[in-house]
Amino acid sequence: MKEIFVRLDRCMGCRSCEMACAVEHSDSKNLFEAIGQTPRPVKRLYVEQAEGFKVPLVCRHCEDAPCVAVCRTGAMAQDALSCIVDRDLERCVGCWMCAMACPYGVIGHQSGARKAIKCDRCPDLEMPACVSACPTGTLVFADEELFSEILRREAAQKMVSGKRSTA
Amino acid sequence: MFKDARDKSIDVASQEMLTVAKKSGIETAWDRFEKQEPRCSFGELGICCRNCNMGPCRIDPFGEGATKGTCGATGDIIVARNLLRSIAAGAAAHSDHARDVALTFKLMTEGKAPSYQVKDQAKLERLMKEYGVSTQAELADAILAEFGKQDGAIQFTRRVPAKRLALWQSLGIDPRGIDREIVEALHRTHMGVDNDYVNIILHGLRTAIADGWGGSMIATELQDVMFGTPSPLRTEANLGVLKADEVNIIVHGHEPLLSEMIIDAAADPELLDLAKKNGAKGINVAGICCTGNEVLSRHGIPAAGNFLQQELAVTTGAVELMAVDVQCVMPALGSLAGCYHTKFISTSPKAKFPGATHVEFKEETALETAKAIIKEAVENYKRRDPSKVYIPNIKSEAMVGFSVEAILGALGGSLSPLLATIKGGSIRGVAAVVGCNNPKVKQDFGHITLVKELIKNNILVLNTGCSGQACAKAGLLLPEATERAGDGVKGVCKALGIPPVLHMGSCVDISRIMVACAAMANALGVDISDLPAAAAAPEWMSEKAVTIGAYAVASGIYVVLGTVPPVLGSPEVTSLLTHGAKGVVGGSFAVEPDPVKAAKLIIDHIEGQRKKLGI
Repeated sequence: MKEIFVRLDRCMGCRSCEMACAVEHSDSKNLFEAIGQTPRPVKRLYVEQAEGFKVPLVCRHCEDAPCVAVCRTGAMAQDALSCIVDRDLERCVGCWMCAMACPYGVIGHQSGARKAIKCDRCPDLEMPACVSACPTGTLVFADEELFSEILRREAAQKMVSGKRSTA
Repeated sequence: MFKDARDKSIDVASQEMLTVAKKSGIETAWDRFEKQEPRCSFGELGICCRNCNMGPCRIDPFGEGATKGTCGATGDIIVARNLLRSIAAGAAAHSDHARDVALTFKLMTEGKAPSYQVKDQAKLERLMKEYGVSTQAELADAILAEFGKQDGAIQFTRRVPAKRLALWQSLGIDPRGIDREIVEALHRTHMGVDNDYVNIILHGLRTAIADGWGGSMIATELQDVMFGTPSPLRTEANLGVLKADEVNIIVHGHEPLLSEMIIDAAADPELLDLAKKNGAKGINVAGICCTGNEVLSRHGIPAAGNFLQQELAVTTGAVELMAVDVQCVMPALGSLAGCYHTKFISTSPKAKFPGATHVEFKEETALETAKAIIKEAVENYKRRDPSKVYIPNIKSEAMVGFSVEAILGALGGSLSPLLATIKGGSIRGVAAVVGCNNPKVKQDFGHITLVKELIKNNILVLNTGCSGQACAKAGLLLPEATERAGDGVKGVCKALGIPPVLHMGSCVDISRIMVACAAMANALGVDISDLPAAAAAPEWMSEKAVTIGAYAVASGIYVVLGTVPPVLGSPEVTSLLTHGAKGVVGGSFAVEPDPVKAAKLIIDHIEGQRKKLGI
C-alpha cells in the first residue's frame, strides 16, 4: 500500500506542496482561479522549520489513528481497505478533539467554518498533488518496502563513494 | 523584558520598544520576518529564474530534477543573471539619487532653486578643475552628461591609481556612462542574451564601478558643494533623542535635498512660535537611515536610529511626523502610523506608500515645502496621546563628520602621518565596516562585535550607513572609545583626538572611502589591491549593498559579507566570487556570519597584505 514518505534533508521550503494541495482542493483545481476562490481553498500539509531543517508535515494515516479514536460523531473514520483516514463533512461538529489528539498537528480547519480539514490523499489522483508538485523528490509516494529500498540503495551508494547521506 | 526582544537586537532601546510593541499588539519587521519562515531555498540559492514567461524555472540543487531551465540556462547562468540584476538595481538606486542632486545643482546654478546655495566653494572649484571647465554651469552640464554618456569615460573613475585603471581597461570593465551600464545589464539578462557567467559577472563589476566611482561619488561631491563638506562635530544617537516635550520630526530615506530644508525651516521663528502656542517647547528633528546620516554628519542632527528602528521610532508614540524620500522605507510604516497620531508624509514622486499623505517635493520651492511639512507636524503635537508615549531613555554621544577632507585636516593636511603609523605597524591596517540591518542578524550585533574586534586588533575602522548609526549608538564613535582599542590605534587616535571608528557618512559616501583608498595607494605607489585594507557588510540586506560589495571588489578590496548572498546554487559563480576574482581584480568576497570569525578573516588578510608589502 502506497504512503507519502518524506526525505527530510531534501526539502527546500519552497512550499510548492502546500500550494498544489490547496489548488487540488479548490473548485477549479487551477492555480490562477483558485487564488480568487471564496472561501479560500485550504492546504492540508504544512512545511515547518526546526533547527534549520525544513520539514513537510503530512497526515501519516496512522493505524488506530488517535483522531479517529476521539471523534464522537464518527466524522473521522479510517477506510478498512485503503487505511486512509478521512472525515465526513456532514458529521463534523468542529469540536477539535481530532486536532488535539493528532501528534503531528496536521488537522486544519475549513476557512470560515467549524469543520476539520485534513489530507484525503487526493482521491481523484493517482499521485497525490503534493508529491507531484515537489521539485526535489522530498515527497515520495511509494510502498513502504520500496521506500526502504530507495534508502538502502542510497546508503549503499554512500558506503562505497563516501558521499553524503540523502536519507 | 521579553526574552525574544533580547534575541532580536543588542540595542537596549530597541529591546524596550520591541517589548512595548508586543504589549500593544504592534507588528514589526521581526514578526513579519518570522512569518516568512521557512523561506524557499530556490530563492535563497538564487536558482529561480523569472526572466521570461516560459518559466518560472528552477534548478534542482540535488541534481535529481531539472538541471536546466526551459531555455537551457544552467544554475550558473541563472545565478549570474540574478546577481547582475541586483547590481543593476543597486547602481540605479544610488545613481538616480545622484541624478536628482545633479539636477538640483543645475537648477541652483541657473537661479531656479533659490533655497539652495554653494556651501563649499573650494570643493566646487576643485571639481571644476577636475572636469576642465571654467564655470559652474559647465560643471553642472558635464556631471549630468555622465549619466547618458555614449562615449568617453566617467571622470571620477580617473581618480583610481593608474595600475587599476589599466587593469579595468584591459578587462573591458571601465564604465562608459552610468545609465548605459545599468540598461545594458537589463539587456544582457533578458532571455537569450548573455549566457556566459563570467561575461555576465564582468559586466556586473563594470556596472558597479559606474556606481561607486560614478553615481555615488557624484552624489557625495555635489551634496558637499551644496550642503557643506562634513567636519568633525558631536551629536547624539538612539531613540532617546526624541523629546517628550517637543515636536518630534523624523527625516528618513536617503536624499538630503529636502531634509536640509527641513533643518533650516525648523529654526524658523514663526514655526517655533507656533510650536509654543501648541504647547511644545521646541521643534526636534532626528534622522533615520541615510537621510539621517547626511544631516548627522553635516549638521549634527541626532540620529533616532538605524534601519530596523524605523518602526520602533513611530511606536514611541512621540513622533508627530515622519517625512520620507526614497530607499529603505518600509511600506509597513503607513498602517503603523495609523495606530498613532503620527503623520506619515511621502515626498518623492518616485516613492509613494499606502497610508501616507503625499506632499510632493519640488526643488524650485523646497524651503516652502519644508515649512509646510513642519507646520503639519507642529499642529499635530496636540493630538499626541500621552498614554501611548514611551521614549526609551537611551542615547549615546558620538563624534561624526569624517569626510576625507576632515581626516586630512586631523592629520595636518597630508596622509603621511597615517601611512607612517601603518608602515610602522602601530596601526595594522584599515577596514571599512558598512551596510544595513537585517533581521537575519540580531540588530547591530554583527556591526558592533566586528568593529570591537577590529579596533582591539589595531585596525582603524571607517564607517558609514546603518553600521555608522550602530557604532554611534554603541558609543564607539567617541575619542573615549579608544580605550577599547589596541595600544597602537589607541596611541594614534588619542594623539589626534579622534575616535577609533571614523563615521564617514551615508551609503553613497562609501565613495569617500574609495577616494581615501585611492589616495593611500597613490601615496604608497601601489594599487588599491595592495593596501592593508578590507571591508565588511555584516548585516547587509539591500541590492545597493550588493553593488557596493561589487565595486569594492572591482576596486581590489577584500569584502566579508555577514549574510549569505543568493548565489550558492552555482558552485562556479560562488568560486569565481570568493576565489577566482582575486586573480582577476585583486579583490574577492568571503561570507562569514560569525562576526568574530569575520574579524579574524580581515585581520589575516591585512597581515598577509602587510607581508606582501614588506612592512
